[in-house]
Amino acid sequence: MKNTLRQVFHSGKFVAGFSIFVFILLMMIIYPLINPGNPLERIGVGTFAKPGTYVSLYDSVSSDRETLRLADADENRIKSMMSMEDRVSMVAWFTAMDISVEGVDMNDTDALLTMWRENYDEKARPAGMTKAQRNFYVRLNNSITSANTAEVLSVTETNSATGEVVDKGKIDKTDYVNVGDVANVKTLPLGTDNFGRDVLKELVSACGTSIWIGFIAGIVATLIGLLLGLLAGYLGGIVDDIIMFVTNIFTVIPSFVLLILITYSLGQDQRGATTVAVVIGLTSWVWTTRSVRSQVISLRNRDHVNLSKLSGHSLMRIVMTDILPYIASYVVMAFILQVSSGILAEAQLSLLGLGPKTTEVPTLGLMMNWAMLYSAHLNGSWWAYFPVILTIAGISFSMNLMNTGLDQVFNPTLRD
Amino acid sequence: MSSENKKLDTRPLCLSGKGVTKVFGTGNKANVAVDHVDFEFHEGEFVSIVGESGSGKTTLSKMLLGLLNVTEGQIDFQGKPRDISSRSKKNEYWKGIQAIFQDPFSSFNVFHKIDAVLLDCIAMRGGRNLPKEEKIRLMTEACSFVNLKYAELTNKYPFELSGGQMQRLMIARIFLLKPKILLADEPTSMIDACSRATILDMLLQLRDEVGMTVIFITHDIGLAYYISDSVYIMEHGKFVERGTADDVILRPQAEYTKRLINDVPKIYEAWDLSTVG
Repeated sequence: MKNTLRQVFHSGKFVAGFSIFVFILLMMIIYPLINPGNPLERIGVGTFAKPGTYVSLYDSVSSDRETLRLADADENRIKSMMSMEDRVSMVAWFTAMDISVEGVDMNDTDALLTMWRENYDEKARPAGMTKAQRNFYVRLNNSITSANTAEVLSVTETNSATGEVVDKGKIDKTDYVNVGDVANVKTLPLGTDNFGRDVLKELVSACGTSIWIGFIAGIVATLIGLLLGLLAGYLGGIVDDIIMFVTNIFTVIPSFVLLILITYSLGQDQRGATTVAVVIGLTSWVWTTRSVRSQVISLRNRDHVNLSKLSGHSLMRIVMTDILPYIASYVVMAFILQVSSGILAEAQLSLLGLGPKTTEVPTLGLMMNWAMLYSAHLNGSWWAYFPVILTIAGISFSMNLMNTGLDQVFNPTLRD
Repeated sequence: MSSENKKLDTRPLCLSGKGVTKVFGTGNKANVAVDHVDFEFHEGEFVSIVGESGSGKTTLSKMLLGLLNVTEGQIDFQGKPRDISSRSKKNEYWKGIQAIFQDPFSSFNVFHKIDAVLLDCIAMRGGRNLPKEEKIRLMTEACSFVNLKYAELTNKYPFELSGGQMQRLMIARIFLLKPKILLADEPTSMIDACSRATILDMLLQLRDEVGMTVIFITHDIGLAYYISDSVYIMEHGKFVERGTADDVILRPQAEYTKRLINDVPKIYEAWDLSTVG
């Protein structure tokens, strides 16, 4: 036993898969300690806030200020103000005025601004440009020039009782606050989702739920498969015929269709994470049964089993001590694959809207379902679905890697 | 010789069969493995069943052991029809008949230590509640019977032993169980020549000291002649010839027996079989 374990941990593939899996598990345990709270809490009002650090504007006004005179402050301000559309419009104006735009780089803000300041003339009337379009350029020019003109912003407070507006202070362009001094700063490494939830927190919690679903599905499928396979293989005869008849029926019905029908008929209210896991397990035992049966058939006529019979051991004892240990490594491998396919099955079901009910727990599949329903893939909110896909891939990859590693250890023909 | 033959016949019957048949499959695919064989094994007799691969030897031995159902025919155990209809009756029967198999490497459960195998035998003989020292004494005795040292074997796994040692351990198991009948299914075919002689010697010793009936199944007619009291020659599921070892080997009647004898390698060619035939 010890020897087998040592061998298993000498297999590079198994160790790689195991490390990835342990890393994911550790994240699941450690992250909620760092960032506690309900993963389904809606912290944002809008949808799909970008990943990054959010600083409270309200608190930063009253924070201690330092005056910093930075040379490129003005430039940066204009740069962040000018959107890509503005830049395209500026180039369009040059073209309309027959000014050569050859060699102009739209990302080179300095060059573009210099060119704009040199050439723009409010009174010019480019050919074929409407009044409305000319007004747009006037506004654009004003915003570019005024970005640096207003020296001071004033902050006012509206008295809610009297409606009186009280001047609370001024903000200079050279005023800076230390992020550490601001009372409320929130870092959202993966932004928020369509409901305004912290995606990372949700992802970690979903990862746990999905692995739980995978394990329950794997245990259910492996237990059923093992029991039926052992019975069919060891007893043979009519028992074998009946079990194989049922197994064959389940083999020819696509299990995913069965899964959809069962979960659909359960109804939204009945579908907790564990229920869905059990249903997934109930539809995926077929291959375990078939392979366990064939292994048992090859084992049951071995001499050590005959000898055990001659020693008067009971059927239960023969199965548990003379057959099960011989197929244990195989069953462990089948179990790992069942867990991995259980996680994928949950993701598939949830993507179809047939996953666990949406109010209690996030799962990886549900997160993808929400992202899809709110068109995250169309509006560029990659953070709502891409990390989820990566996590699912990571879990499946680690498990398949472990499985291949185990296969190499237990199957001598694959050893190199 | 005839006097010896008579002496054997007067011993009480231990295991006998009439019209024992085994058919695998049904209809067109029916395959008759053992075809209406009759046999009488006496107490303390050393019987060899000789035949080539596929002749039905192993099927017959599994039927004798009660591991396979008999399609047709009757087997009598100690003069009474054998009854193995229930588990407890089977267990009772298996106290009277035990086996050694061909491949020692597959005869042991590799997950169990050697002590467990031997303790199991003690338990089967009703010694489950014996004090520990007594159990160890019994195991040591059994090991020394087969020239093994218990102290060296304890806490070891079967796969740590050589093939010859494992087969000897199998005999130690039989020594502990002391059944009426020992069915040895080619016990020496996978063992090196040196261990082979010791193992055959131990089987003879078991017969002489414990009074066991040994049913020795082999494809080696020379070996059968060397150790047996009586020999059964099996071909295509039938006994084509049976009798005392001397009768069968020195005065073979069936064509098949003659062919088997002629196939024996050089060392036996010194016997001029053509003159006796």
